[in-house]
Amino acid sequence: MSKLLKDNSSALEFVYDFYLKMKKSNISLAYEGEITHQITKAFTALTETNMQRDQDATSVQKKVFHVMVECLQNISKHAERDLDYFSSKDGRGIFLVSKDDKEYNITTGNVIRNEKIEPLRNLLEKINSMTKDELNQLYKQQIREGRLSPKGGAGLGFIDIARKTGQKLIYSFLRIDEENSFFVLTSTVSRIKSK
Amino acid sequence: MLQPIRIQGTDDTPQVILDPNPDNPKFEISGRSLPEDVVAFYEPILEWLDEYAKNPLPKTVFDFKLEYFNTASSKLLLDILLKLEDMYDDGHDVLVRWHYPEDDEDMQEAGEEYADIVEVPFEQVPYSVD
Repeated sequence: MSKLLKDNSSALEFVYDFYLKMKKSNISLAYEGEITHQITKAFTALTETNMQRDQDATSVQKKVFHVMVECLQNISKHAERDLDYFSSKDGRGIFLVSKDDKEYNITTGNVIRNEKIEPLRNLLEKINSMTKDELNQLYKQQIREGRLSPKGGAGLGFIDIARKTGQKLIYSFLRIDEENSFFVLTSTVSRIKSK
Repeated sequence: MLQPIRIQGTDDTPQVILDPNPDNPKFEISGRSLPEDVVAFYEPILEWLDEYAKNPLPKTVFDFKLEYFNTASSKLLLDILLKLEDMYDDGHDVLVRWHYPEDDEDMQEAGEEYADIVEVPFEQVPYSVD
C-alpha cells in the first residue's frame, strides 16, 4: 500500500476512489488502528461537536455518544491480536460513522478468533429477538449477576445499545483463515424523534 | 474521623464528594462517567463507603446527578447502591436521590431500574437544563 501511494497516478486514483466511496456512503468519520481511551474520547468529542452543529436533538446526541463509547470500548477490550501482517497489537479495528437525513450508523470491524463466533452470534441473535421489556429484564439480570471482566467489560454493551436505540444490531462474520474471522457490527440511531 | 473524599470531575470521570461532616454532610456523584479503568476509579469510593458504613451519620442522603455513564460504570454504580442498601438493612436512615435532566428519558429509566433492583428509599428528581 505504501508503495502504491508513492506512485503518483495510482495514489491519485486510490485516494480519489476512497474519497468518493466515503462521500457516497455519507461517512463522516473513518478510522483504522488501535482503539485507545484517548481515541474514544477524541472521536466522541468530535462527533458531539458535529451533532451540535447539525442541531440534532439532545436525546439523539446522547444515544449516538453512548453507542460510540460502547462500540469503541468493545474493540479496545475484545478485539483479538490482529493478524500478523496487519499489526501485532490488541484492540485494533476499523470504526466508521455515517449518517443521512434519517439516521446515524455506527460500524465497527475487528478480528476475532473463530471459536468466539458462536457464543457471540448466539448472544446477538438472542438480543435481536427480544422486545424492549425483555431486553430490560436481561440487562437487570446481567448487571446483578454478571461480573466485570479483567478488562472492565460488564457484558452489558450490546444489550444496552439494542434497548436504547430500539433497533436491531446488524452484524456479520467473514472468515479470514483457520483461526480468525472479521466481525462487523452496525448500530443505528434514528435522527427522527420518536416522541 | 473518616477523611472526606473530594474528586474533581473531568470529561470522563465524575465529580465525587463524600463528606460526612455532621454539620454539612454531602454525598454526591455527578457528571460523566466513562473512566479508562472503572475499577481503579470506583474502588476507593467503595472502600470509603465500607468504612463509613461502620459508623454512619443518623441520616445519609446520597445524590446521583449524572449526565452520562457507560455500561461498565453502571455496574460499579450498582455496587455503590448495594452498599447503601446494606446500610439501610442494618437499620440506618438512607435516602438515594436520582437527579436527571427532565428531557432525558434514558437517564430517568436508569434511575427507575436501579430503584427496582435495590431495596432502599429512592427518590427521582427531575431538573430542568435551561
